[in-house]
Amino acid sequence: MSEELFVPSEVGLKSRSIDISSYTKQLKPLFAVLYHWSFGIPLVLVFFAVWEALPRLGIINPLFLPPFSTTLKTLIDLTLSGELLSHSLVSLQRSAAGFSLALLIAVPFGFLMGHFVQFEKYTDLLVQSLRNVSLFALLPIFLLLLGLGESSKIAIIFYAASWQILMNTINGVKSVDPIYIKAARSMGVSDFELFTKVILPASIPSIVIGARLGANVSLMVVIAAEMIGAKSGLGFFIQNAEFNFLVPEMYAGVLTLAIVGLTVNYLLVWAEKKMTSWKRDVSSAIK
Amino acid sequence: MDIIVAKDVRKKFKLKHGQQVKNNGIVSNEIDALGGFDLNIKKGEFLVLVGPSGSGKSVFLDIVGGLSTPTSGVVYLDDKPVDAPSEKTGYVFQQYALFPWRTALSNIEFGLESRGVVKEERVKIARELLSLFGLSDFEDRYPYQLSGGMQQRVAIARALATKPEVLLMDEPFAALDAQTREILQNELIRIWEGTDTTVIFVTHSIDEAVFLADRVAVVTARPGKIKEIIEIDLPRPRHGDIRSCSAFAANRHKVWGALKAEVNKAQQDWKHAPVNSK
Repeated sequence: MSEELFVPSEVGLKSRSIDISSYTKQLKPLFAVLYHWSFGIPLVLVFFAVWEALPRLGIINPLFLPPFSTTLKTLIDLTLSGELLSHSLVSLQRSAAGFSLALLIAVPFGFLMGHFVQFEKYTDLLVQSLRNVSLFALLPIFLLLLGLGESSKIAIIFYAASWQILMNTINGVKSVDPIYIKAARSMGVSDFELFTKVILPASIPSIVIGARLGANVSLMVVIAAEMIGAKSGLGFFIQNAEFNFLVPEMYAGVLTLAIVGLTVNYLLVWAEKKMTSWKRDVSSAIK
Repeated sequence: MDIIVAKDVRKKFKLKHGQQVKNNGIVSNEIDALGGFDLNIKKGEFLVLVGPSGSGKSVFLDIVGGLSTPTSGVVYLDDKPVDAPSEKTGYVFQQYALFPWRTALSNIEFGLESRGVVKEERVKIARELLSLFGLSDFEDRYPYQLSGGMQQRVAIARALATKPEVLLMDEPFAALDAQTREILQNELIRIWEGTDTTVIFVTHSIDEAVFLADRVAVVTARPGKIKEIIEIDLPRPRHGDIRSCSAFAANRHKVWGALKAEVNKAQQDWKHAPVNSK
């Protein structure tokens, strides 16, 4: 009887393995992005068409909203001149600096808060108080304390990006399934190994989500920071265009923001997938 | 020779505020999980614990595995009291508990890593075990890509990788479908009969207990202690067909006879348990 039962099951396992391998075969990232976008492009085209039509039909004054084609031409001119690229790079550098700093500090701090109940007890009140202060109220304070240079901008980005990373790290550490800890302990691991080999990898998905949200925040906040006392960056460019009534340039700047944000977001989603490739894709359960 | 000796092991759990439990008509905010658990386990034997839900069988395994400490009493492993996880024990859980970020192979390597076994040796041991369970083609798969039965095979392989003297198995096949369950019982007994490992196996299935065990220890309703130990006089090596022979049925009957009253008592305790007062 044992033989009888064993054989068909093995056959069943083999056929299932083929399904799994074809399913895990991933599309090339770029192709996947293009495929994904192909569904969204029509609506974006409608948006641009409305943008084109409204000023042309005189519904909105073209002085305040130049048609899309005008904006696009300005965007191309500014890109070719290299002006937009250099401003974009400045903004990206600032975001990256603030974001990296946030990662470096918020992840370890989150581990401490999530893992050591005592540590959380002493720090939670301060953390929660700071977290709930509006960023815009703090901007002038950072400028006052750190001056108009790079440090105040990086500091404000660091501050803004930290919270998502911190909260998600704490949450990740706290929601490690106790059965993994039990299994590891049953195999006699040290506390250090328990941390590096179980708690850390088990919290990675949550940390990566926090990092992605933090990176998005960095990109938002750098613009606000550059609108107050900066001589470069996309935030400066947009505001400067506005002050000088260079309306098409201003819109071109905003469009650039959208493009940069979109690119960075897809890069982060891709990185997230790479780092958590061992996780079941949720969409497979829904389909 | 006895490899494990449990002497008057007791374990109480405090309930959360406002929660109560009733046992033998007494309402309390403490649960007596184990109440004077005495058990001697021989080296190399396959001992199965059966008992009603909540009778502390898993708690006993945790204590033997060094994952939990008794409120009083002591468990000796090779004449030494257990107070921490020992290198001599391996543990298999009902929920598999494979690390989802590790492949099948790397899961099996886990216990060997902290024992300082070098990489080539770890891979060699892990591959041997995978082949023993017929999973050689699956070494690079992550747990989510494996079926339940395959995951539990990997989990057993992981526990065996460190060559434990005592293998603790807490309802390892309870989450599997009936067919896979029988296949895994057959595989486990085939692999175990070729070793001198001592196994303590917890189950709710009397068939499973009779098929696997040298001895079946019946645990009482809460607080758990040994009610009766039944020698299973079926010849080894055992094959799947033994399940349909009359000696099997006779042993099954004996175990159920000892267990029935305890299951009923556990049911009664639930029925009369007070609703949690807030």
